[in-house]
Amino acid sequence: MSESVVNDSRRKILIGMTAALGAAGVPFAATPFIAAWNPSAKAKALGAAVKVDISKIEEGQIVQVAWRKQPVFVLRHTKNSISNLPSVETKLADPNSLAIDEPYRDLYPTRSKSNEFSILAGVCTHLGCSPKYHPEVEPKPWDATWTGGFFCPCHGSMFDIVGRVFKGVPAPTNLKVPPHNFQGSILTIGEDKEIS
Amino acid sequence: MNTVFKWFNERLPIVNTFERHLSKHPVPKKVNFWYLFGALASVVLIIQIISGIWLMMPYQNTEEGAFSSIEFIMRDVDYGWVIRYMHTTGASMFFAVVYLHMFRGLLYGSYKKPRELVWIFGMTIYLVMMAEGFLGYVLPYGQMSYWGAQVIISLFGAIPYIGESLEVWVRGDYYISGSTVSRFFALHVVALPLMLIALVFMHLVALHEVGAGNPEGVDIEAHLDDDGVPLDSVPFFPYKVLNALVGIGVFMTVFSIIMFFFPEAGGYFIEKANFEEANPLSTPEHIAPVWYYSPYYAMLRAVPDKLGGLIVMAGAIAILFVVPWLDRSKVNSIRYKGIFSKIAISLFAISFLTLGYLGTVPVTELRTLMSVICTVIYFLFFFLMPIYTSLESTKQPPERL
Repeated sequence: MSESVVNDSRRKILIGMTAALGAAGVPFAATPFIAAWNPSAKAKALGAAVKVDISKIEEGQIVQVAWRKQPVFVLRHTKNSISNLPSVETKLADPNSLAIDEPYRDLYPTRSKSNEFSILAGVCTHLGCSPKYHPEVEPKPWDATWTGGFFCPCHGSMFDIVGRVFKGVPAPTNLKVPPHNFQGSILTIGEDKEIS
Repeated sequence: MNTVFKWFNERLPIVNTFERHLSKHPVPKKVNFWYLFGALASVVLIIQIISGIWLMMPYQNTEEGAFSSIEFIMRDVDYGWVIRYMHTTGASMFFAVVYLHMFRGLLYGSYKKPRELVWIFGMTIYLVMMAEGFLGYVLPYGQMSYWGAQVIISLFGAIPYIGESLEVWVRGDYYISGSTVSRFFALHVVALPLMLIALVFMHLVALHEVGAGNPEGVDIEAHLDDDGVPLDSVPFFPYKVLNALVGIGVFMTVFSIIMFFFPEAGGYFIEKANFEEANPLSTPEHIAPVWYYSPYYAMLRAVPDKLGGLIVMAGAIAILFVVPWLDRSKVNSIRYKGIFSKIAISLFAISFLTLGYLGTVPVTELRTLMSVICTVIYFLFFFLMPIYTSLESTKQPPERL
């Protein structure tokens, strides 16, 4: 019987290797638990385009439709509100929507595929509330020189009448413009073969 | 001691554990009402666990079933309304006693050496409670549930690069849906309560290791009798237990009055908009969090930048964790601290309460300005703490309690 001697360095290496192997297993074990939180195949399959009849929308009127369960604003502008657009630009953080992926840049001041309608995702780019439409040109509690636009009641972000964000508000970017297409009086929201 | 009990005690440390944590451990003989709120918090925790288990039985964690199952509990389950109002009142009262408990800590320096870990476990409990409260508020799937969840989950979106995919991952969908409700349910009823109970256990074990503090900031361990028991202490049972029972009696009376007569507390405990089913297409005109989050919500609104708002809000909570290392004062209690500490803690309390009010009312320019001022005061209280606590002259606390 040989005297047993503890080989400390050998023991350290063995402990280190065992621990390293165990640690390498953690990401594998965690994968199913993390992946199970992703949207399910069913959730991914939903989200078809929606159609709106725009012939009945009056000037200055807004219609709200649901696309992917989120509000989309369809707004028919008055001639005044379009011609006023350049005057509000000094208040805006990003008048030409350079900070976001703008699908219809340089087409019309409405940011859509029509010179009369704006199609805007009605989801505040700050924390996801739905901004309220305030077309009136009159002093408001949130802005004494209000010229019409969208105001988010949650955190006070302001957008102009075509959804461009003001300076000095919590929302970082302009309201998004979803892909859309006009065919006569039918507006399709959620698909546009020309851009996608 | 009978033989059966003896048999158990030789295999399980019943007597030792009971004496150490529930009967014989010494507590300072002189404390004031501020020292009650810890006991009250554990009472509310038990109320929440029991009422929560009973609510789980009829509740449905689906997009279609959530709101209607709450109405079912309120109308069709015998005494369902009591159990639900017990749980909603309990949530608010939990935060009420925990805020008072935390303020006690700030007043009397309960976080100072050797109680830093007690404070950190306590702060972690507070953090988990905030998550627990938020998840629970989403479950009835009313308008406020939906839009509150929309705002809070969107906060993840402020994190650079990974934000937007993180949002989708948390929701389990591209918008708040049944997947969100059911996972929040699992977290609310299993994961976080387990964490809470474990943390409360650690909070108490750490507390009993270092001993409870007192409003004079006297170290009672400095004067021991021949048995090693502090001279200025009394055993927990019966002295503190009977004392706490009076407090618990008063507290339960207030609790019951709210639960039976004012369960909505004027829209502060249950917001009016939450009596309407969630509508993803329409944000309520006025959206505000429940009162116990409103100070942080006011801070979020005070910052005109998405990521900045998130950082300020998270920082406001994070900074509380390091208070034990910010306070450089030689004394523990506000009674013996200097004038700067007294002014600082008064301004801090006023600004926190003001933020709490501002977070519940709609935005105007003046209120945003006030939120900014109060947020600055809130942070200055902590940032300047190392300076004013070490510069000011303090009074000498007594040697004995």
